[in-house]
Amino acid sequence: MLTGSTIVLASFAYVGLLFAIAYYGDKRADAGRSIIANPYIYALSLAVYCTSWTFYGSVGRAATSGIGFLPIYLGPTLMAALWWYVMLKIIRISKANRITSIADFIASRYGKSHMLGGLVTIIAVIGVVPYIALQLKAISTSFSIILKYPEVVMPDKAGAPLFLGDNTFYIAMLLAAFTILFGTRHLDATERHEGLVAAIAFESVVKLLAFMAVGLFVTFGMYGGFTDIFDRATEIPHLTALLMLGGESGNYTTWASLTFLSMLAIMFLPRQFQVAVVENVDERHLNKAIWLFPLYLLAINVFVLPIALGGLMHFPNGGVDADTFVLTLPMAQQQPLLALLAFIGGLSAATGMVIVETIALSTMACNDLVMPVLLRMKWLRLNEQPDLSRLLLGIRRGAIVVILVLGYIYFYLAGEAYALVSIGLISFSAVAQFGPAIIGGIFWKGGTRTGAAWGLSAGFLVWLYTLLLPSFAKSGWLPITFLSQGMFGIDLLKPQQLFGLHGLDDITHCLFWSMLANIGCYAGISLLQRSSAAEHSQATLFVDVLKQSSAAAGSRFWRGSASVDDLLALLSRFLGPERARDAFTVYAGSRGGKTLQALAADADLVHYAESLLAGTIGSASARAMIASVVREEPLGIDEVMTIIDEASQVLAYSRQLEQKSHELESATNELRSANQRLQELDRLKDDFISTVTHELRTPLTSIRAFSEILNDNPQLDPAQRSKFLGIVIKESERLTRLINQVLDLAKIESGSAEWHSGDIDMREVLEDSVTAVSQIFRDQNVMLNINVPEALPLIAADRDRLMQVMLNLLSNAAKFCERPDGRVNVTLAQEDGTLRVDVADNGIGISPADQEIIFDKFRQVGDTLTQKPKGSGLGLAISREIISHFGGRLWVTSAVGTGSTFSFTLPIKAGSKFQVSNQSAKSKPGRIST
Amino acid sequence: MIRSSVTGQRLAALFLLGCLLFNYPLLSLFTGRSEIFGIPLLYAYVFAAWALFIGLMALAVEKRGD
Repeated sequence: MLTGSTIVLASFAYVGLLFAIAYYGDKRADAGRSIIANPYIYALSLAVYCTSWTFYGSVGRAATSGIGFLPIYLGPTLMAALWWYVMLKIIRISKANRITSIADFIASRYGKSHMLGGLVTIIAVIGVVPYIALQLKAISTSFSIILKYPEVVMPDKAGAPLFLGDNTFYIAMLLAAFTILFGTRHLDATERHEGLVAAIAFESVVKLLAFMAVGLFVTFGMYGGFTDIFDRATEIPHLTALLMLGGESGNYTTWASLTFLSMLAIMFLPRQFQVAVVENVDERHLNKAIWLFPLYLLAINVFVLPIALGGLMHFPNGGVDADTFVLTLPMAQQQPLLALLAFIGGLSAATGMVIVETIALSTMACNDLVMPVLLRMKWLRLNEQPDLSRLLLGIRRGAIVVILVLGYIYFYLAGEAYALVSIGLISFSAVAQFGPAIIGGIFWKGGTRTGAAWGLSAGFLVWLYTLLLPSFAKSGWLPITFLSQGMFGIDLLKPQQLFGLHGLDDITHCLFWSMLANIGCYAGISLLQRSSAAEHSQATLFVDVLKQSSAAAGSRFWRGSASVDDLLALLSRFLGPERARDAFTVYAGSRGGKTLQALAADADLVHYAESLLAGTIGSASARAMIASVVREEPLGIDEVMTIIDEASQVLAYSRQLEQKSHELESATNELRSANQRLQELDRLKDDFISTVTHELRTPLTSIRAFSEILNDNPQLDPAQRSKFLGIVIKESERLTRLINQVLDLAKIESGSAEWHSGDIDMREVLEDSVTAVSQIFRDQNVMLNINVPEALPLIAADRDRLMQVMLNLLSNAAKFCERPDGRVNVTLAQEDGTLRVDVADNGIGISPADQEIIFDKFRQVGDTLTQKPKGSGLGLAISREIISHFGGRLWVTSAVGTGSTFSFTLPIKAGSKFQVSNQSAKSKPGRIST
Repeated sequence: MIRSSVTGQRLAALFLLGCLLFNYPLLSLFTGRSEIFGIPLLYAYVFAAWALFIGLMALAVEKRGD
């Protein structure tokens, strides 16, 4: 028979079996032959979603609201269709970043923030505590009931002492012990527990089989199948309502909001995240789980309504809690084995949930709440501890105990006021608050840390006010006036009719207000501010995870320097020396079989070390620890933008194009100006030729004219004839001179002129020149003053050429000086190692604009069309060429109306002695005049 | 994981279909006193639609090579 010892024995045997499975699973995993590496185990492990809520609570819910229990399972079914996008993305992100919990995920997404990690942990712990209380209540109730077998008596909780006098407390502590044994035997960098997953999958099978067994027994054993149950139920008026929607059994709004709530819960319950993401072996397993997991949900729900109806009909007077029908129906039918199976099934549902949930929560609490605080307390000197792995394990074990004690306290305070499902829904509403930050975080780069923090806080506070506190009030631990009159007696602040919103059930009411606050703050604040560089780089890693190759992810945003030894020492402290060394050796192996010593501490290795560490102490703490051994160069927002902005490449490309086109443009400009220069030169050549031709034709014309006159008039009188012949001779000379000058200039310019360089006394040259031109001066009645110093050094030059220059300058001076009172001064002087010659006249002067033009070929000042040219226009050009050939300079200084001074300098011959003139006349101003 | 975008789109479409199937107003069509094969219509509809939905998801995921 079913005695207390049998039940306890069976329970322990069952737990022992779980341990055996877990042990076997771990052994196989260590040997590299995982037993959980297939999609079926993965889908079964996901069924940890079905807890004693499902096992006992669904029937209770169905007994009051008909098929109103179903949205909790339809939501996950719908969500499974979106797993292809959402869950896969979360798995990829988590694997790439070694994320081990929801808190880690959110903290990591928003710039590896300690603050967010801690906040999420607090919300998760407080939010899930009622859910754990639910499991405790289920185990404790079912245990009390089955102990009374074969009688069906509801346990009496009133006046039960707290803690030590209460069975439930011992159950909680036993569960804590199981969990510690299961989940924290050793520290693993990935936080994966293969054995545990195997045990959870086994539990899923057990609870499904147990529930199906009870369902089949009720439906086909107690009644004649589905049709029979429903037929009988429709005969009872108040049961008919359970088979319809829209009435008391739950309206469509509740239905929709519960569906939505459970869609979020299946993603964001810490234990679901643990099994679906952290314990995921291969993302391909997700494919099958997409339809296998909903199938499991369908199977476990088929018999819920028949059991509920059967129970309601079997215990018509309401003395038996509908939450216990799964257990009490077999008991009432004297089926001890089935009752035991049902009890074991319920136990399995509850233990599975508690174990995974508390492991997930303890990981969070350790990595995202306790360690960050401890690491900040400098006086603890944790940074100097050689091995922290024991401390980490200790914290986790402590966290597990604390969480279960919290669950027990909630159970004790508020557990009796609610049915199982109602307690569970409070937790669902809490974890739903993670939805916006996570879904927003993986699809929207714009979500910021501040936005997420405010959204989470606001949603959580609304949840606290509209759902958790009312649950205390209903249990009598807060004044009930809090519910009926609102906080401080303000009507608008009634927790379950906030701001006067009524007509909704409490869950929908809370969901609406909390999501409004949550999404409103998250989106609003995110849109109002700019994210930091760290946030931006994380946002890109998360949102674009499906586009990245996994190897490059993470490390490309890192710059800095580190040493392999430092990293290894750091890892050793948290993982233990052996595991750290093994991990590095494996890494080295993956890098082309290098040895540990040959490893380079590059960005990839640092990223690898950080992700290893993140698995153990959370991403935010890992970031801080790595930063302590690595000299990081801060990543500026500009650099991040440059790295990540796809547009920047396009921008750079177009900038190159722009540059190229600039270069092209300037080359075109150069070509154009060169072309213009060529055209100018061409024009100059044409001008030169036409000028030369013009200059040649003038004398030719007069020669020809006078020759023709002489030829046609043989009887011309001799005086006339000789005058005409004189003109012909003069013009011929002019022509010859012109041609000589053109040839001369051409020779000089082409460099083929002959130069006869010798030591020259400039005074002699001047004397000879003056003698040569004296007749012209005399003819034109111009006074010539010569001013020569007594001693002058020699210069190296061609005497004839210098003569040419002097003659040109003197004849020009004579030509252009004032009439009738012309005066020309020639001055010889020595200055700064050069010999200077000035030829000054008192003519009309040359305007500044013309002072350079006169040195051009064939250019003469004045209008050449109306005035007869007074020279060939080549003299000054040739003179300048000659002077510059000897290293000197020829220029003019002039002002209109005051005459012009043509000056040139020639370098004095090095080492030449002064030549003292023997002609006394030269020592004083000479005067040549008519 | 060979990810066919067609599969993803089919699943997304299924999600929308599911939202329709398991919500007002389609649900209200089946809430009445009538029965089908002795089973209340709403109960039969929800489970049948559920099973169909899972079947379609299985089809979408497992169908390959197109």
